[in-house]
Amino acid sequence: MSATLEVRNLRTHFFTRAGVVKAVDDVSFSVGRGEVLGLVGESGSGKSVTGFSIIGLIDPPGRLAGGQILYKGQDLATLTERDMRHLRGNRIAMIFQDPMMTLNPVLRIDTQMIETVQAHAQVSKAEARARSRDALGMVGIPSPEERLNAYPHQFSGGMRQRVAIAIALLHNPDLLIADEPTTALDVTIQAQILAEVQKLATDHGTALIWITHDLSVIAGLADRIAVMYAGRVVETGGASDVLDHPRHPYTHGLIGSVPSRNKRGEKLRQIPGTTPSLLSLPPGCAFRTRCTHATDACVQEPPVSDIAPGHTARCFHPVSA
Amino acid sequence: MNPPIIELRGIAKRFGPSYDAAARLTRGLAERFGKPPKNETVRAVDGVALTVAKGEVVGLVGESGCGKSTIGRMVAGIMPPTEGQVLFKGQDVTTLTPEASRDARLKVQMIFQDPYASLNPRMRVADIVGEAPLVHGLIRKDEFDSYLDMQLQRAGLDPTFKRRYPHQFSGGQRQRIGIARALAVQPEFLVCDEAVAALDVSIQAQILNLFMDLRRDLDLTYLFISHDLGVVEHLSDRVMIMYLGRIVESARSEEIFAHPNHPYTQALLAEVPRIDTRKRRFTAIKGEIPSPIDPPAGCHFHPRCPHAMPRCSVETPALREIAPGHNSACHLNDQG
Ligand SMILES: Nc1ncnc2c1ncn2[C@@H]1O[C@H](COP(=O)(O)OP(=O)(O)OP(=O)(O)O)[C@@H](O)[C@H]1O
Ligand SMILES: Nc1ncnc2c1ncn2[C@@H]1O[C@H](COP(=O)(O)OP(=O)(O)OP(=O)(O)O)[C@@H](O)[C@H]1O
Ligand code: SF4
Ligand code: SF4
Ligand SMILES: [Mg+2]
Ligand SMILES: [Mg+2]
Repeated sequence: MSATLEVRNLRTHFFTRAGVVKAVDDVSFSVGRGEVLGLVGESGSGKSVTGFSIIGLIDPPGRLAGGQILYKGQDLATLTERDMRHLRGNRIAMIFQDPMMTLNPVLRIDTQMIETVQAHAQVSKAEARARSRDALGMVGIPSPEERLNAYPHQFSGGMRQRVAIAIALLHNPDLLIADEPTTALDVTIQAQILAEVQKLATDHGTALIWITHDLSVIAGLADRIAVMYAGRVVETGGASDVLDHPRHPYTHGLIGSVPSRNKRGEKLRQIPGTTPSLLSLPPGCAFRTRCTHATDACVQEPPVSDIAPGHTARCFHPVSA
Repeated sequence: MNPPIIELRGIAKRFGPSYDAAARLTRGLAERFGKPPKNETVRAVDGVALTVAKGEVVGLVGESGCGKSTIGRMVAGIMPPTEGQVLFKGQDVTTLTPEASRDARLKVQMIFQDPYASLNPRMRVADIVGEAPLVHGLIRKDEFDSYLDMQLQRAGLDPTFKRRYPHQFSGGQRQRIGIARALAVQPEFLVCDEAVAALDVSIQAQILNLFMDLRRDLDLTYLFISHDLGVVEHLSDRVMIMYLGRIVESARSEEIFAHPNHPYTQALLAEVPRIDTRKRRFTAIKGEIPSPIDPPAGCHFHPRCPHAMPRCSVETPALREIAPGHNSACHLNDQG
């Protein structure tokens, strides 16, 4: 059986006046039915742009510069705008990092949710309202009936995030891309939402791409993990393989920075140096200037290599397990 | 202890509903036909006292929607309380001269939870970060470029992108624009509202280290709102736990993490996800989540509390000292 989504050698570039920003540059991964892929990586490494590319929302000066996005075997990059829009409403959903990309600030929540329900299901307004209310309840919003009457600005930051999640869950999508959906949520509400999402994956077979910087969420949720750095996937593998035995030096440094692994009040460990500018990446490995394992070999482009079954790294000198 | 730089006394904040024309009409009709008007007032903050001493880091933790950002906004002087007083260096901010009031606004900066909404989409990053210091005379015109580059670099942003607009940045980069903007006006007090929530742990470490350096070097004071208990524990001297508009527990950081007293705090700490758990089954919330529109009587936590007693749904527990510097609002502390 083919994967729900297979991304092959995706390149998404922004052709800005200052130069070409290679936000996504040769990214490949796949997610199967009911599977959760955790997409982690440095801020600015191309996670959101990868998500936007899949659902066809890249605006000029950005465009797909190569690769394939196969959804159930069909290349999304070749679809017409109309077919893509249809798919986006029904089978593929994205929870945006910015909830206001989903929500309209001047419309009441009920108006927005009822409209979404009715756009895809032949139901009465009362039925659509009831579904909307239940969806709000499902993401832990108290007094959902009263809250349907509110405007987005009357919600707290985390509540807005949750409304956006509720909207994405309205039609049981086959593929859900969630971009930092629970960043500002406390552990209890987060667990509530993750429970709903797990249910969606098991009961409905939804394939999930979960983008987050929160490694503890990924640890509990993901089957597989892909790690991005400067537009590339630098490591992939099963969740345990990547978290317990990170092999790429970037992943290794990332996991060492988790506060609970550092002592209270002491300086937190951070990866030395700064993120290279995507406009002027050094030739060879993009992590080279910050990597303690770097050698002369690293001025060449490191290939993706299999370290263990199902575990890959893009590095000449992987950290020993 | 140093004198307080910020003090909140008996603060409450209520938000009335806002009706559009159609809703106003139906509401009017319903009232005419004898239906009682539905109360939709949100009691976001309900009787909160808080002091932050100079150089202190106070963590503020609590469930989504419990009123943390609302407190943050009142501390930063962006939103007036419905009841109570906000004092800046001992003086009620409503009694300040316009000049002193402007100064207080500048000295207390806020890093907003929502980096998108808080950045003007039509301004370039250079102006978002650099304009205020220039206008307020913190820097001269000829210093602008070097000052700006330094501020951007410090927040982990590439200065070569300073001519870009906010939408051309990633989520975490935008959050760092907000951090650079707040720090650029050289504040004395910083309200950090989920300020590092969108950052990967390594860049987060870089920003948190910067916060700690500024505290050491400039005695910068923080109200640190975060859902991330690991970060709060790492950074804060004192932690306040909020539940549905009220402070339910406060203590020194080590104390609260080692000996949580309030049942809500205990539940919160028990659920902290760990990086070493694999593929766990997440559990839905048991019981109903109480609403600030219709808060339960007595202890707000009683519908979810495993220790609730008859008294808890009638009588509001007062926040009182249970050990030196450790306050908790729970009736269990009254029993022998
Ligand atoms: N419209 C644009 N024009 C130019 N560059 C852009 C544009 N949108 C994004 N970028 C750049 O592309 C890179 C990847 O951005 P993306 O939003 O995918 O990062 P991310 O991995 O999601 O980061 P974060 O964790 O901070 O959200 C960033 O360096 C960003 O500055
Ligand atoms: N402008 C407003 N109008 C009406 N209600 C509001 C407004 N701002 C906040 N509220 C309400 O006040 C309550 C507290 O909101 P607040 O933003 O302070 O929560 P929070 O603790 O910061 O939550 P989160 O962790 O989700 O950001 C919420 O119920 C919210 O809906
Ligand atoms: S290829 Fe070289 S520079 Fe890049 S991560 Fe591996 S060791 Fe470091
Ligand atoms: S006062 Fe009662 S309901 Fe509230 S936390 Fe204590 S035991 Fe639980
Ligand atoms: Mg992003
Ligand atoms: Mg908030």
